[in-house]
Parts: sequence; C-alpha cells; structure tokens
Amino acid sequence: MTGEGPYRIELEGITKAFPGVLANDHVSFRVRAGQIHALLGENGAGKSTLVKMIYGILQPDAGRILWEGSPVAMPNPKAARRMGVGMVFQHFSLFEAMTVLENIALGMDGAISQSALEARVRAVLHEYGLKLDPHRVVSTLSVGERQRIEIVRALLLNPRLLIMDEPTSVLTPQEVTQLFDTLRQLAATGCSILYISHKLHEIRELCDEATILRGGKVVASCDPRRETPRSMAEMMIGGSLKQVAKPKERRPGEEKLAVEGLVLPGEGAFGVSLDDVGFAVRAGEIFGIAGVAGNGQNELSMALSGERPAASAGAIRLGGKAIGVMNANQRRALGLCAVPEERNGHGAVADFTLAENVVLTARNRMGLTGAGGIIDAGAAAAYAARVIDTFGVKATGADALASSLSGGNLQKFIMGREILQQPEVLVVSQPTWGVDAGAAAAIHQALVDLAASGSAIVVISQDLDELLAICDRMAVINEGRLSRTLNVGEASIDEIGLLMGGVHGDPFATAELSEAAHAH
Amino acid sequence: MLIELERRKQPSRTMLYLTPVIAVVATMLAGAVIFTLIGHDGFAAVGKIFFGPLLDPNKWQDLGVKAAPLILIAVGLAIGFRANVWNIGAEGQYVLGGLAGTGVALLTWGMEGWWILPLMCLAGVAGGMAWAAVPALLRTRVNVNEILSSLMLTYVAVQLLYYLMRGPWKDPDGFNFPQSRMFTDWQLLPTVVPGTVVHLGVPIAFVVALAVWFVMARTVFGFRIKVVGAAPAAARYGGFDAKRTVWAALLCGGGLAGFAGVLEAAGPFGQMVPQFPVGYGFTAIIVAFLGRLHPVGIVFAGIVLAVSYVGGEMAQSSIGLPNAATGVFQAMMLFFLLAADVLVRYRIRLGRTTAQGEGA
Repeated sequence: MTGEGPYRIELEGITKAFPGVLANDHVSFRVRAGQIHALLGENGAGKSTLVKMIYGILQPDAGRILWEGSPVAMPNPKAARRMGVGMVFQHFSLFEAMTVLENIALGMDGAISQSALEARVRAVLHEYGLKLDPHRVVSTLSVGERQRIEIVRALLLNPRLLIMDEPTSVLTPQEVTQLFDTLRQLAATGCSILYISHKLHEIRELCDEATILRGGKVVASCDPRRETPRSMAEMMIGGSLKQVAKPKERRPGEEKLAVEGLVLPGEGAFGVSLDDVGFAVRAGEIFGIAGVAGNGQNELSMALSGERPAASAGAIRLGGKAIGVMNANQRRALGLCAVPEERNGHGAVADFTLAENVVLTARNRMGLTGAGGIIDAGAAAAYAARVIDTFGVKATGADALASSLSGGNLQKFIMGREILQQPEVLVVSQPTWGVDAGAAAAIHQALVDLAASGSAIVVISQDLDELLAICDRMAVINEGRLSRTLNVGEASIDEIGLLMGGVHGDPFATAELSEAAHAH
Repeated sequence: MLIELERRKQPSRTMLYLTPVIAVVATMLAGAVIFTLIGHDGFAAVGKIFFGPLLDPNKWQDLGVKAAPLILIAVGLAIGFRANVWNIGAEGQYVLGGLAGTGVALLTWGMEGWWILPLMCLAGVAGGMAWAAVPALLRTRVNVNEILSSLMLTYVAVQLLYYLMRGPWKDPDGFNFPQSRMFTDWQLLPTVVPGTVVHLGVPIAFVVALAVWFVMARTVFGFRIKVVGAAPAAARYGGFDAKRTVWAALLCGGGLAGFAGVLEAAGPFGQMVPQFPVGYGFTAIIVAFLGRLHPVGIVFAGIVLAVSYVGGEMAQSSIGLPNAATGVFQAMMLFFLLAADVLVRYRIRLGRTTAQGEGA
C-alpha cells in the first residue's frame, strides 16, 4: 500500500509546548490511505502528545493538520470522531461490572437502541473475525478481550484513521498475533492506522512506514521491513547500542531466597490476591517473573520487599531465615533489597535531593546514620556521588533533586543505590520500564554483573524479551498464582504465552463466570 | 472563558520564601482599606497594630511573652503538618496541658521544693499528649479523620475546664469566683529579665524551636516525618511505619501544645481561670504556615503574630478599634498566604475549555 494512494492525514510543522518542555517541535509527516504507519520513539519523545492533537484532546500551538487534502481543526475528540478518527488508548476506560454491550453503548456519541447496537456490534465482530460475547461482564474478560471492546468501539464509527497507542504492552504473544490480523484486515479496507510503539520487532512485522521521534522532533523515517530492530533502536536513541554481556555458563550456588505457600489478600477493590506462590532462587541466578500487567505483580513485589508483610514468617526465607513478617527495613538489614516499579513517589521522593534519597533505603547497610539516629549528611552525599559515578547517572550532583532527573537516569540511580549495597537478594520490578534503550542495556548489564558476584536476583517484568535476555529460569504469574518454573533456554514463547493467558485462555471457565454474574 | 490554573514546572525558591512577606504586606494594605471604608482611620490603625509594638521598647517584653506559646505550639504542629497529619486541636491540647499542670500545682499546694515546677511541666506535656492520643488512636485503629476528632476534642477540653473551675478546683478562699488558687512561688515560672514580665518560658520556646530544627533536619526521625508526608509509598518502601508516624506526629504536637499550656498557667496567668483558652492553639496554625513549617521561620512568624496581638490591644485603647480587628488581621494573613502560595505553584491562564480524555 505504500508509495501510492492519496494522503489521509498530513501534519505540517506541528508544535506544542508545555511549561518547561517542547513536546513537539515542528513535526511533519503524512499517512496514506490504507497504510499502517508506525510512530516510533522512546518514552518522552512526544508520541502521545502528537496523537492527542490528532484526536482533538490537545490543541497545537503552531502548525496545521490536513485531512484528505484540506486543512482542518480538531477542537475536541467528538469532532475528530465525526471526521473519522478513532483511537484505542493504552489504558482502557471500561466499567468492570457492566457487560460488553453496555460499555459500548456508554461510549457512543448518539443515542441508539440496544438491539440496533447489538446488531451493529455483531456485524463488526463477524466482519473482522473477532471473538467477543457482547453479553459478557467485563470483569470476566482478559486484557486482550477488553482491548477488543475498545477496538469495536472505534470500528463502529467506520474510522478512516485508527490510532493505536501502545496496544501490545498488555497482551500475550497469541493475543498480539490476533490483533495484527485484525489491523491488517482493517488496513486492507482502506483505513489508515497510526501505530504507536517502542517494540521494534512488532513494527517490523506490521508496519509499512515508520516515523521516528526523538526529543519532540522527527529524526528519521524509514521502511521498517528494510531495517533491523537494532538499526531502528539506534535511530530512536541517536547512538549506538551496547550488547549485554551474559557469562556463558553460570553455576548457581546455594539457595538464597525461598518462597513457599505465600498468600496475600489484594488491596483495594480490584487488587489481586496472591495465592500459594512458591519459588526459589539460588546465588548467582536471575529468576524472572513474567505476566500480563495487573496479575499480582505489585502484590508480589511488595510481599517480597516487606512493604506488605506476609501472614506467616515461614512463607519467605532468606538464606534459611524466616523473614515473612519482617518490614522492609529489617529485611534490608539481612540483605534483601528491592526496587519498585514506580520510581516517583515510591522508589524515590521527587522533592528530595539524591543525597536524601539514599538515606531512604541505604541508611543502615551503608552506615549513613550515627549515634541517636543522626544522619551523617557527608556520608549520604558521598554514597550518592558514588552511585552517580559508578552508574553514569546524568545529574548535577548529590544535591540535585530527584525530580530533576529523567526517568531513565532516576531508574539508574535507584538501581545503583540498591546494587552498591551488595544485597544478598535483589528484587526488581520492571527494571527498564519507560527507560531508553541505552539506559536499559546498562541496567541489564548491572543486574548480570550483580548475579555474577553471587547475589540472587528476582526480576518481575512484563517485557518478555527482557526476561528471556537476562534470566536463567522463570515463571509466569497469572491472577495471583505462579506457574511452574521454566528453564529459559528450553521454554518456548508459545508456552509462556499460554501460561500468561492462564484461565482466561479457557473458554469454559470464563463462560461460567459470566453466567454467574448474570444470575444476579 | 475559563480561569485555569496551570502547574508551574518548578516553583521559584525565592518566591516560596517571599510569600509570607507578601502575605503580611497584603494584609496591611487590605486591612487599611477595609477599616477606612467602615469609618476608621485605616492607615493609622494598621500603623498602630503592625508598627506600634515594634516602635515602643516597653512593648518588646509583651511580644516575647505572646510569641512564646505561639512558637511552642506551632513547631509541634509543623511536625505533624510535614507528615500530612492535620492536628488542628492544639487549643484543646493546650488547655489540657494547663489543666494537668494546675492539677499538680493544687496537689503540691503548700509544699516547697525545686522539683515542683519540673513536675508540673512534665504533667503539662503528658496532658497535651493524652488529649492528642485520642485522635491518634481513632485514626490508626478505625481511620477517623484527625481534623474532625482533634477539633471537636477542643470543645470537650474547654467544657472540662469550666467544670473544674466551677466545681472541684474552685479556690476555697476565692469568694466563689470560678478560678483556681493562685500558684505559690515554687509553682510559678521565674522571670529571666529582672523588672519585666519575660518569664522562663520565653527562652524555652526559642530553645525548643532550635532543637526541633535539628531533629527535623538531621535525624532519621525528622527524615521519616518528611518522607511520610511527601511520599507515603516511598515511606513504606523505606521501612517507615505509617501508623507509628501518625502517633509520633500527634504526640509531638500535643506534647508541645500541653507544654505551652502549663507554661502559660505557671507564667502570665499564675493560676487557672475560665479565660485560659485565648486561641493560641488556633493562631499557631497560622504561625506554622506563615513560618513555612520550618522552626526558624516559625520563630519569626510567631513574633509577627505576637505583634498583631499586642498592636491590636494598643489600637483598642488608643484609637478605639474593636477587639475583633486582631482576629480579622490574623485571618487575612492566612488567606493571603494561601492565595500567594497558589500563585507561586500555579500560573493563571484565561483559556478555552479543553475536553480532557473525552470519549477515551
């Protein structure tokens, strides 16, 4: 479809500034009818801002948008939808307790009868071969099925441009394949698709053309099918990428961390309860926990770090010592350090300096406090400086505010702060989430090196590529239950994908849940 | 047309320190205009209230005596406010501190010894803490909002005071006036500057402010308070227990308010009377914010509010300004401070509506 056909949408010199940042700086590109066009860039490159302007959520400060050849204004999303722009957001807005059809009806701009809507929904489902029961309650659906609701919502408007914002970050490999089939079919009917992602192999597989953004500017455009993931990554970060050096053979030592029968109730209305979680990690080993977001990863991370103590002491053992009911501080003293998924406000305090942020977790292990609980400010600054130095954190110094660091640099700082404490066991959640490719490689290398020095590491991540690259063994978490342990060398992507789908892959189990919900 | 507040990326540091000054100046201007409009000589009134006490050396001792309880209570409250624990019942804790000190004074009435006064002080601190322990218990056990519980307990404390004054603690030789016995020499705070009313409580307040500054800036305890207030999830991750912090914050605030209470009873009052609650506990909230929740700032803010008290009294006698004028000025100060704070953190934009996330 490339190279011919009229342009569906053309952006000319789009500029948008927020206080302190120029999110989009004279961005221009064009998408042809029926083209699948990738918008590629690291977090913070300005992709989301750009599509929000196309969808009418934000207004550009300068530049213009041409729709099928004539300039248009998109004052709000309703106007964009009328024009034929559909959007599927990364975060869904669905009511858990309502059915698929009810959710779709709520999102419609005009009034339409239930039966007419159902007929149209079924027609769309049939046309694109999508499997979805309109009467199922949303809370019984998998993330992939929920995304299909959003896609159906967009398709009901007969869009001529569909924007997909990071659609695969929550899907299993099988669900990704299904999604791609739908998108290709849609493109074949002449609908243009603007596909936002930073997953390079997906873009190679799916897209006809890619526009690459860096720091709010268009830095390159290419035909992804003629590029390698590596060459595109280098365009994205504007530099060359280092390969993670993994030692050929690791000989795991004695068991450092043992989890057995760990149970933890979920927090809040939609928290996920951990159910009989068990695994063991040995010295020198990196153990991965894969899974689709929201399947108990946060709960597991907090249970391991000590932020939410377990019911029984024996559920978690550190070098044989029962630590299940200890708090984070006590566990740290015994050698278990952790890095949470969220950096701001969890892993670090944004309004504190880096020197103050090392006191948060390193005060005891690194001797940053003296008699009577007096903080040794000099020692804290020195340790922060050492972290900055060792991990190449771009910061003005130990007295820089954590909020002044970019996401990747803050993550390197937090990882460094924990790693330099030489923990016996390190638990990290989403170590490279929202981090640029260069920093991600540095973080992976640091984890591999820490394991080589004899620590046991647990990596909880939704990024399967990451886990396959650095882990020795892994398990999959689904609805708070952990699968059996797989050796990374032997596990197939298909098998992992099926485990990630868990009970959601089982049509009978979900149908039963749905009926039960309807009976009320 | 919509007025929109847009968050500034980095609020100016200078402005953060300058806002209290701006608030005070704005209060003077607005006050002058308002009192002119209602028929007083507004500018003379403002001059009397804000500069009279400073220009008259005879009034300096009064400033110290008024500032001392405000500073003591405000540094305690600031500890809690830093941890996002909103104890606004310091007035009640202050009353309980005074009552507990009075209780010891009545028990030791007629006795002699240097130990009596320290014992009264300890009882005062304990009384304030006990009163603050109720909101702490309710908040940590059954999640009751401490703003409501601490505020309501203030009225309970005042009723308790009235009961004791009219009943069990009434001075037997007091011609049936509802007040306690006069404290004896062993129960009264000594004056530190001969020939003035400046009692030992004044230097104590300044020393306590310095000590709290050190604790907040340099110790793990202060660090914990700040982390819990700034980022509760990070506090949990750092191994700090949120409930213990709520307890610590309320006990610090209650203890210092109780301390201020017993120092007032054993200082300026010299006995317990129904007029004991003069609103220091509420005014201290203004002091804490005007001082940017920083002990040193609070010392200056305490003096500013003391000026408004003393100046208000001077304006009453010299130009016949109503007593309520003091309260009006104090409230305006808080109002302008909060308004200025909003403008430091946000910029105002007159803009059109944007439909955020509609149809998402």
